[in-house]
Amino acid sequence: MALITYREAIKQALAEEIERDENVVIMGEEVAQYNGAYKVTEGLWDKYGDKRLVDTPISEAAFSGLAIGASALGIRPVVELMFMSFSYVAIDQLFNNASFCRYMSGGLMNVPIVVRGPANGGTNVGATHSHTPENMVANHPGLKVVCPSNAYDAKGLMKTAIRDNDPVFVMENTLLYGEKWEVPEEEYTIDLGVANVLKEGSDVTIVSHGRCAMISLSAAKILKEKHGIDAEVVDLRSIRPLDEETILNSVKKTNRAVLVEENKPFCGVDAQISHMIQYKAFDYLDAPIHRVSAVDAPQIYAKDLENWQIPNEERIIESVLKCVS
Amino acid sequence: MATKKKTAKTAKKTTKKAKTFLQAPINKKLSAEEKIELYRTIVGIRRFEERSLRAYNQGKIGGFLHLYIGQEAVATGVVSLMEENDHIITAYRDHGHALAVGMSMNECMAEMYGKHTGCSKGKGGSMHFFAPDKNYWGGHGIVAGQTPLGAGLAYALKYKGVKGCAVCFLGDGAVNQGAFMETLNLVSLWDIPVVFVIENNGYSMGTSLKRSSAEENLAHRADGFDMAWEVCDGHDVFEVREVADRAMTRAREEHKPFLLEIRTYRYRGHSVADANHEKYRTKEEIEDYKKNKDPINVLKQQLIKEGTLDEDLVKQIDKEKKEEADAAAQFADESPVAPREEIQTDVYWEVDNDTEGKLKGTYFFNDV
Repeated sequence: MALITYREAIKQALAEEIERDENVVIMGEEVAQYNGAYKVTEGLWDKYGDKRLVDTPISEAAFSGLAIGASALGIRPVVELMFMSFSYVAIDQLFNNASFCRYMSGGLMNVPIVVRGPANGGTNVGATHSHTPENMVANHPGLKVVCPSNAYDAKGLMKTAIRDNDPVFVMENTLLYGEKWEVPEEEYTIDLGVANVLKEGSDVTIVSHGRCAMISLSAAKILKEKHGIDAEVVDLRSIRPLDEETILNSVKKTNRAVLVEENKPFCGVDAQISHMIQYKAFDYLDAPIHRVSAVDAPQIYAKDLENWQIPNEERIIESVLKCVS
Repeated sequence: MATKKKTAKTAKKTTKKAKTFLQAPINKKLSAEEKIELYRTIVGIRRFEERSLRAYNQGKIGGFLHLYIGQEAVATGVVSLMEENDHIITAYRDHGHALAVGMSMNECMAEMYGKHTGCSKGKGGSMHFFAPDKNYWGGHGIVAGQTPLGAGLAYALKYKGVKGCAVCFLGDGAVNQGAFMETLNLVSLWDIPVVFVIENNGYSMGTSLKRSSAEENLAHRADGFDMAWEVCDGHDVFEVREVADRAMTRAREEHKPFLLEIRTYRYRGHSVADANHEKYRTKEEIEDYKKNKDPINVLKQQLIKEGTLDEDLVKQIDKEKKEEADAAAQFADESPVAPREEIQTDVYWEVDNDTEGKLKGTYFFNDV
């Protein structure tokens, strides 16, 4: 196994899928000649050329919609949004067309596209470049949402997303791009809708996704060492489809749940999961379900405050201690 | 760059020179049967829509009903030029295009009735007719939202090296949406074989062109994107065919986009709900169009004059289409609504594909 970055893992997934299927096209602002705003596609244009790597004008609505139209005739576009916050510029195309075309046509039109890019705060860039919109995307039946927390998952989930016959949003994280994980050399894919238990435990279940899953894992280690609390950490991997079974099995074992996400709390993903747990495992709960979300305000610029706005180890530990007390 | 515009402008002159559009080379090739077929299509669209209006007023059709009455020659003319690898897409006023590509009145009417036998199983309604087997990609409800999709269809043709074009219809209201401007830039920049057909009926909902567009010559917008354009009248199906043929041939042969503005008129309101449509235009204006420019009359006169049609056949076709529309309404009425479990099919591909769904073990709709 090679130790590679999250960024490199995504690039490998893209390259392997370009090689595997002649209809895979990477499209977006600066993805080709510039090598990608976050260098995720670095070197791919040199290797695969203009046909497979397409630089677009700064016109999110046009190129997202073009990708949707092209996918109806068999192209499998992977659309890079420089920030997922920019999906708002293409909101009509992504949320009215990509999500609903299959349904409105009674199943006659499929939209096999991938929309990918960083969706996170914590980078000190202010509100318009920091939103974490997986709840908003997941609210649209027809769309799938994937949130890889590490390089291994990023590669496996990205390959599955590209082969999927429905529109899939892959929410990446700029703060993870440079981090390294072990990734096997041989080909593998990870199914959507299968959560990953990052750490087994018996006292409390922490459910999380994306970078927050990694923060939860590190909080769990501190909880064990300093407080003797054995937390189980469930990494959702995909928000939609959602692996309810793994969450429920874990909560039935530990009887307590703390939900962690970078989303804003109001109508967040955790609100949905919280409802699901109380509805399906109410009798197993020994404490109210706790939620650790981003503080409910537009993302703040000031670095010190932003570090506190999105969940960190300290806030997770505080919440777990309340939950198990 | 200069050549691009020249093509468009030279083409425009040719339009003016032609004595009657019937004599244009593309129309001259038509057999008598084919001309009668065009007439049959136009009459069919009109009778279908009149019947659907009755059904709407009876409360059989819900939601919106955007009638195409008055604009029939546009869809009929353009669709009659489609070749094997050409694709079309349109917006919410989609009945005419659907019938022109050969969708049956039954499946269209049933769709509006919200029945399982409808083309989209009652999931789309009036604005969302689809027939990919006839290269017809809907039926879209957001003004200009379909324009990048049309570009995408054409992009796919070019990517795959297929000789064909995509025709994307839009209304005059759509030209003021950002998505359309962005798309014009993209298709010209990338040489994508798409023909945008603006069906300019003079009113974006209840707002006249004068009050909604700073530049009233909508085709001129192509100039800003170094793209060829042409304007024509949309009441004569032969004029539509002549001009659209140039645009579509150019797209297929040269992989170049084209902006076509076809001036037409709708007799009814924006939708049936727009009962006050005589408040934003005069009765005289509507009557003038009906009397002097009605696409059915224009075509009928031309074909009778050259001896292709006679009054008996006119009556026979009219009767035939009325009966077909009545039968469609009856078919729709008697069709079953979709069973409740159908509400959750056609959302995700896997859910509708048992093996795939089981294999992946994914969850979508757990009752929570």
